[in-house]
Amino acid sequence: MTTTMDMRPMPLPAETTASKDAAEAKIAMSVRNLKAGYAGGAPVLKGVNLEIREKTVTAIIGPSGCGKSTLIRCLNRMHEAIPGATADGEILIGGRNALELDPVVLRRAVGMVFQRPNPFPTMSIAQNVAAGLTLNGVHDRAILAEAVEKSLRRAALWDEVKDKLDAPGVGLSGGQQQRLCIARALAVEPAILLLDEPCSALDPIATGRIEELLIQIKEQLTVVIVTHNMQQAARVSEYTVFMLMGEMVEYGLTRKMFTQPVDKRTEDYITGRFG
Amino acid sequence: MKRQFDADLDDLRGRLLRMGSLCEEMVHYAVKVVVERDESHVDAVQGWEREVNSMHIEIDEIALRLIALHQPAAGDLRLLAAAIKINSDLERIGDQAVNIAETGVYLCKEPKIKLGDIPRMVEVAAGMLKDSLDAFARGDTELAREVIKRDDEEDRLKSQTFNELVHLMQRDASSIQRGMDIILIARNLERIADHATNIAEDVIFMVIGKDIRHSVEKI
Repeated sequence: MTTTMDMRPMPLPAETTASKDAAEAKIAMSVRNLKAGYAGGAPVLKGVNLEIREKTVTAIIGPSGCGKSTLIRCLNRMHEAIPGATADGEILIGGRNALELDPVVLRRAVGMVFQRPNPFPTMSIAQNVAAGLTLNGVHDRAILAEAVEKSLRRAALWDEVKDKLDAPGVGLSGGQQQRLCIARALAVEPAILLLDEPCSALDPIATGRIEELLIQIKEQLTVVIVTHNMQQAARVSEYTVFMLMGEMVEYGLTRKMFTQPVDKRTEDYITGRFG
Repeated sequence: MKRQFDADLDDLRGRLLRMGSLCEEMVHYAVKVVVERDESHVDAVQGWEREVNSMHIEIDEIALRLIALHQPAAGDLRLLAAAIKINSDLERIGDQAVNIAETGVYLCKEPKIKLGDIPRMVEVAAGMLKDSLDAFARGDTELAREVIKRDDEEDRLKSQTFNELVHLMQRDASSIQRGMDIILIARNLERIADHATNIAEDVIFMVIGKDIRHSVEKI
């Protein structure tokens, strides 16, 4: 499933906007004692604490089942879309607990791109990008056209599709479709973009383009990416989170974690000794 | 879980240590040419140099292949980075040994000259080389730090030898060529100690990830 969340243009809650001017406004999202699980199962997240820095790329790595996808899905409350799923703790965005916000409001500020690209099948390329805006009542053609071009340029797709904006989105290659999904998410100008293994279905060239794109868009927004590919984490992110069995084992600068990890479990994982 | 990559890294480590042993032999026999005035060792030293040169290329190739194939991280990456640097230091040590041996051959044909602190310099440099390789083999940062500390002693001995030989050459013009050669040998030995220091610094980086090069408080 590929989804971009509710997309009516909307700024983050006022506290965040105000704090952007403050010298200490470097934290986009604070996760505090986050516990999550699924109906009848053992806890998947066992009290995670984490601070996501603004306008950086943070990679979440860890072996299968460590809770990294659950964690990223909690960040815009996709997790609770699963029947019986539970989440407890705090996810502070602009001083407000995301777990207590209206999920619809939250998801306008925190966009998400999933593993498999999935443009809306009945829509053209342009309609896909504009979907969030039109769903939220923007119908002015000039505004929509401008937003489509801007978003496709930000997603590094414009040059490849500018002459076929009315063609079906599903007619694009897998890599292009994924960038289309990123453009769709960017169109509503989220403050944070979550990506759950966005390159796992792509070839190395398409993966390289997405990685370059992530490095470029972090100038404008905060990116959190779950990846199984450790070299990808090393290439695109400034910060890395290593998760294991529902706990955050290590969090720090990527360049340090990939050369001098502090925890032996991190060393063992990133050097391929387990996982 | 034992990985094939671990076996490859062990093999690389083993090759470096073999290259290091050859360099130790080269220094040992090169110095014999000078101190014992026995030029028969020069062929062996030159033969080992060819071997060291081919190992130099081979080890770099292996290290680059392992980086390309395994995209190592953390301790594995530091080991490979250290291996490439230590490889270069060992090759340079081999070159210094050849220089000593070849200068020694000239000196064997000339009247004896005062060696100053050369014997002591040999002892310090060879000891530093041996211990830096032991530190690498065992991942022993304490021993590596000891090696680094000894470099000052080698520098002091080199200056002392320079001064002694300069005075000798001032008094006896016929000793100038030989005196210059002894100064060059002192310089070769001091460089060997510097390379051993580099190896020790690389060992510390390899083991704990701390780069102490060019640091005021190295130790």
